[in-house]
Amino acid sequence: MQFPDNLKYTSEHEWVRLEDPKSDGNVALVGITDFAQSELGELVYVEVDTVGQHLEKDKIFGTVEAVKTTSELFMPVSGKILEFNPALDENDGDNPGLINEDPYGEGWIVKIELDNPNDLNELFNAKAYEEMIS
Amino acid sequence: MKKTPLHDRHLSLGARMTEFAGYEMPLLYSNVRDEHLAVRQSAGIFDVSHMGEFIIKGREALELIQVLTSNDASKLEIGQAQYSCMPNETGGIVDDLLVYRLDEDQCAAGEKAYMLVVNAANIEKDLNWINGHNSFDTRVINISDETGLIAIQGPRAGDLLQPLTDFNLNSLKYYTFTKGKVAGCDNVLVSATGYTGSGGFEVYTIPESIQTVWDALIQQSANHITPAGLGARDTLRLEMGYCLYGHDINDETSPIEAGLGWITKVDKGAFSSSGIFAKQKEEGVVKKLVGFKVNDRRVPREGYEIKNVEGEQIGQVTSGTFSPSLEIPIGLGYVSKEFSKNGMEIIISTGRKDLHAVVAKPPFVKI
Repeated sequence: MQFPDNLKYTSEHEWVRLEDPKSDGNVALVGITDFAQSELGELVYVEVDTVGQHLEKDKIFGTVEAVKTTSELFMPVSGKILEFNPALDENDGDNPGLINEDPYGEGWIVKIELDNPNDLNELFNAKAYEEMIS
Repeated sequence: MKKTPLHDRHLSLGARMTEFAGYEMPLLYSNVRDEHLAVRQSAGIFDVSHMGEFIIKGREALELIQVLTSNDASKLEIGQAQYSCMPNETGGIVDDLLVYRLDEDQCAAGEKAYMLVVNAANIEKDLNWINGHNSFDTRVINISDETGLIAIQGPRAGDLLQPLTDFNLNSLKYYTFTKGKVAGCDNVLVSATGYTGSGGFEVYTIPESIQTVWDALIQQSANHITPAGLGARDTLRLEMGYCLYGHDINDETSPIEAGLGWITKVDKGAFSSSGIFAKQKEEGVVKKLVGFKVNDRRVPREGYEIKNVEGEQIGQVTSGTFSPSLEIPIGLGYVSKEFSKNGMEIIISTGRKDLHAVVAKPPFVKI
């Protein structure tokens, strides 16, 4: 199981990655971890109906449906939902399986604008996350 | 946690294990969808050794079973099995079960022998219930720990099991069974039963022999048989609308409400709650277990509220999943009787969102 070092992780098994880590930008991608997708099993549907909304940390921004279970998606940090990955969207690519195949790449879920990039410092690094789930 | 005799096989197949009814059981080996479709299209093999088995043997074995269970066990010939349920005294269900009428080779003159197959989670509860009602000349023997059980299910199940047996599986009709030699092991009970709707067999024998049968099937069938876990077992039974104890039926649901009127023979003579059920059959019940298909991508889950189109609560979801065969979300739930008709529009509320659904009589999948 993979936990790339350049990501930040949450106790709700989401990851956050600043889009351009070199700049001091505040746009990031958010997805669920390899551990999360593996626990959920085959994903059959992803719903994000919060695009354009500003949400506080820990608020629900969407839902993933697996065969076996439903799981809510929580904001890892406060910010605004800019985009829902069109490859997952039922009105576009409609391929939720991308989250299983490539959770940190093609399977990203939303693009967000962080209120404060420093909020990322509150999250787990790869090592701490891996310890938490082990 | 308890382990089945096949535990090490699951680990070496790379199964994801899960706790179920006190046992460490395989949830899945590859993924639920592939295992599900393998059973529908070819064959799957399940370890269900966690299930409980009791032998009921004695001069009044039938009398005991008749007062405990709702179906009419007097109809059973040797070599036949029936689906039944064990009602409590307040019109609910202690457990649902299979009743097998065994041969009388080990019986003294005048004795009959039966095997009850019960849910793993209910073994202790059932035993206490049965013993508490056993005022008959009959013995109750719990053989759960000495009995392994595998299910070979799917259209190719017979082809794959036949080479391992010395009796003709084609002649084994649905809900009948025989005892014989399988994979060189004596005294193996093979029954044409299952919980998937795709046909096939269930094989009961002692732990050492169940290992031999499993190994032989896997080895001989190589690419034609797919080990399948509890995940696929659940999606398969749900596509058929089969009840799962603890979810769709429980101590408080009546078999009449659950659509199990066909195994509730109120005219066979008195049994636990038979008066209550006779009244329910005559006067009707206020709620009914129905199947429904969801016109949405969201999946119904146990506990979600069911509402009418006006938004008033009319019931609750008891089981739900994404159907791998139909590729739509399906579920079971109790609704007020007036909403139980086929085609009735209902709303499933996830708490955050309302999903439109239509009542649809199971099975959802025609096989």
